[in-house]
Amino acid sequence: MTHILTSGIELPASDAIRPPPAQENRVRALTGALFGSTFSTLITLIGGALLLVFAWFALKWAIVDAVWTAPGGSAACAKPGAGACWAVIGAKYPVILFGAFPYAEQWRGVVLIALWLVWAGVSIFRRVPALTKIIGWIAIFIVSIILMRGGIFGMTYVGTDQWGGLPLSFMIFGGTIAGGLPLGILLALGRRSRLPIFSALCTAVIEVTRGFPLLVVLFFAALIMPLFLPPQLNVDKLVRAEIGMIIFFAAYAAETIRGGLQTLPLGQDEAAQALGLSYRQRLLKVILPQAIASALPSLFNDIVRSFKNTTFFAILGLWDILGATKSALQDPEWVKYSIEGYLFVFLLYFVICSGLSLYGRSLERESLSRLRRAGK
Amino acid sequence: MRALLWQIALVATVIWMIVWMGLNARAALEAQGMTSGFGFLTTSTSFSMGAGFFNFTPSDSYLKAFAVGVGNTLVMSAASIVTATLLGGVIGAMSLAKNPIPSGVAQAYVYLFRNTPQLLQIVFWYTAFAAMPVAREAISLGGAAFVSNRGLTVPAPIDGKTAGLSALALILGLLALLILRHTARSFAPEARWPKSVIVAALCALGPPLAVWALRGAPMEWSIPSLGRFNFSGGVTLPPEFTAIYFGLSFYIAAFIAEIVRGGIQGVDAGQIEAARTIGLTESQTMFRIIVPQALRMIIPPLTAQFISLLKNSSLGVAVGYPELFSISNTALTYSGRTIEVLTIMALIYLALSLAIGAAGAAFNRFVQYPSR
Repeated sequence: MTHILTSGIELPASDAIRPPPAQENRVRALTGALFGSTFSTLITLIGGALLLVFAWFALKWAIVDAVWTAPGGSAACAKPGAGACWAVIGAKYPVILFGAFPYAEQWRGVVLIALWLVWAGVSIFRRVPALTKIIGWIAIFIVSIILMRGGIFGMTYVGTDQWGGLPLSFMIFGGTIAGGLPLGILLALGRRSRLPIFSALCTAVIEVTRGFPLLVVLFFAALIMPLFLPPQLNVDKLVRAEIGMIIFFAAYAAETIRGGLQTLPLGQDEAAQALGLSYRQRLLKVILPQAIASALPSLFNDIVRSFKNTTFFAILGLWDILGATKSALQDPEWVKYSIEGYLFVFLLYFVICSGLSLYGRSLERESLSRLRRAGK
Repeated sequence: MRALLWQIALVATVIWMIVWMGLNARAALEAQGMTSGFGFLTTSTSFSMGAGFFNFTPSDSYLKAFAVGVGNTLVMSAASIVTATLLGGVIGAMSLAKNPIPSGVAQAYVYLFRNTPQLLQIVFWYTAFAAMPVAREAISLGGAAFVSNRGLTVPAPIDGKTAGLSALALILGLLALLILRHTARSFAPEARWPKSVIVAALCALGPPLAVWALRGAPMEWSIPSLGRFNFSGGVTLPPEFTAIYFGLSFYIAAFIAEIVRGGIQGVDAGQIEAARTIGLTESQTMFRIIVPQALRMIIPPLTAQFISLLKNSSLGVAVGYPELFSISNTALTYSGRTIEVLTIMALIYLALSLAIGAAGAAFNRFVQYPSR
């Protein structure tokens, strides 16, 4: 927001003359917010009481009365007065986290998860150059496929039908971004192309894909695609579904990137043309870096959503972490404690998605401050 | 010239791919001895689905099955859209409160529901209902509603048909209001609408009240009561229905809350200061200055959320609610007409998304400044 000063010069709000900061008194500010008016006091008292009651029952159920370990099976959770049965996770975590992956080989899944988490941690730092991050992610993705598939370095071969759990969810997600981002950029550029047929085709692909539910796109990819391809070209179900994920993500990413392209002043491209740069140079050195940088915060919304969307694979009968948890909780001994099992997965997604969106927010703040520095 | 050649090559490639894929499909269908065509639509389905808002029997045709699926999708989406909008509006307003208790609760809600997958939430609600006590020991919610593993039992008007028709009349009345105001604006843009509140109330409440009165003004409500083994009276919403309803509404409400918050915060602070300066009251500032301007920012992203809600109602397949996707999925197995069934389903979803998009765009034009 800008204030227009009498001199007619526009200044960002932060530079406008502000009253000197009042003596900050946090306690007084808080009391004012809580008990400032009759209405506010009423809200505070009723809301506070409700919150306390809720917190009391939630803590009692989830922590105080909870059963954490059950060496003798689910009987420990059945005793009267028992709260949450977290023992179900201790009993079922190999299936929840790794699906149908052979038990003796699950260390490979542990290594994979560790690699992803460590590199995600490294990627947070601004100091690490973007290219290093990207090359690292590509390397980790290739290593992940080798780890899951096996067949070399003395690891036994594991077919994609046995892949599952968190490693599978990570790989679906990674594959979606790795394939969908380049495709999305191409679609966005194609839609803005001056060639009418080319642009119409890209527009049609984007809009039709966005008009379908993801489930329909996945069903087309997993069920219909084999019908239209000769038998020798058929790949397995996981890869087919992944192609559906990629196309769906690309259609949304294309629109976000197109938004980024539109914020770019025309002068940028014209100046690059005047300098005699070729189309490829203009695209790779001038247009795309700026467009993607400005689209990145909103692109992160698409990215978080595509991580949440990995759960759709459970409906196709594949063992992503939701599918794996579903089948783990079919065990008649533990089926009564399904809620605890799902809460665990809920927490897992919550932590990962919050991390991703917090990072997206920080990118947004950064790009805003960059804009402010540029004098906008 | 080069551009033209490129595009001709592109068109040729696309045509070639379509023909090639069509030939492949025909060969595959012939190899499996499957027939194709849309003749199966009039034959009976011979399958049945779980309880929905509309139902069909195994002797009904595929055409009716699709119609039932569309009906169930639309009713579920409409109910969820209304719930999500109201809830999202309240939470969005709460998150702007000065008092940290409501704003903290609102922010926690948004954080929890936005950062977890919708499908997981739906499965969670379904599991939660399955874990509820049996009907005999149902949890009473103030004596009027009950929660049990059979679902949510709530009071309902005995004459359900009148209630449904009145709801339809309400929607038609609101549509009429929209069109009326729009045409009035284009005919007499300068005219002021001193009586617009009365006109609006007439359009919105008149048709449903008229329908209700014409049908003999039925007043009785059926209140559920807990018998020895089961409920009598009321309507029991099965867990499939409640799970997908909660899952759609609560998830989208979190996004709507953020949109509402952003819309209200996006109103220029100078506008509010100016309103105070010229002596408008708190509520005048809210309804004459903030809301009309915030609406302009809220409508486009809100439409996108509604479309997303409608599309994700297809997740009903995960809990067995008979909406369009689950019925198509079963129909595809029973009829063997994969391509035909998926084509019909896809086209319906596309048409519904486009329809919401068009309605949103129309409403958006309606709330923008008329002069621009």
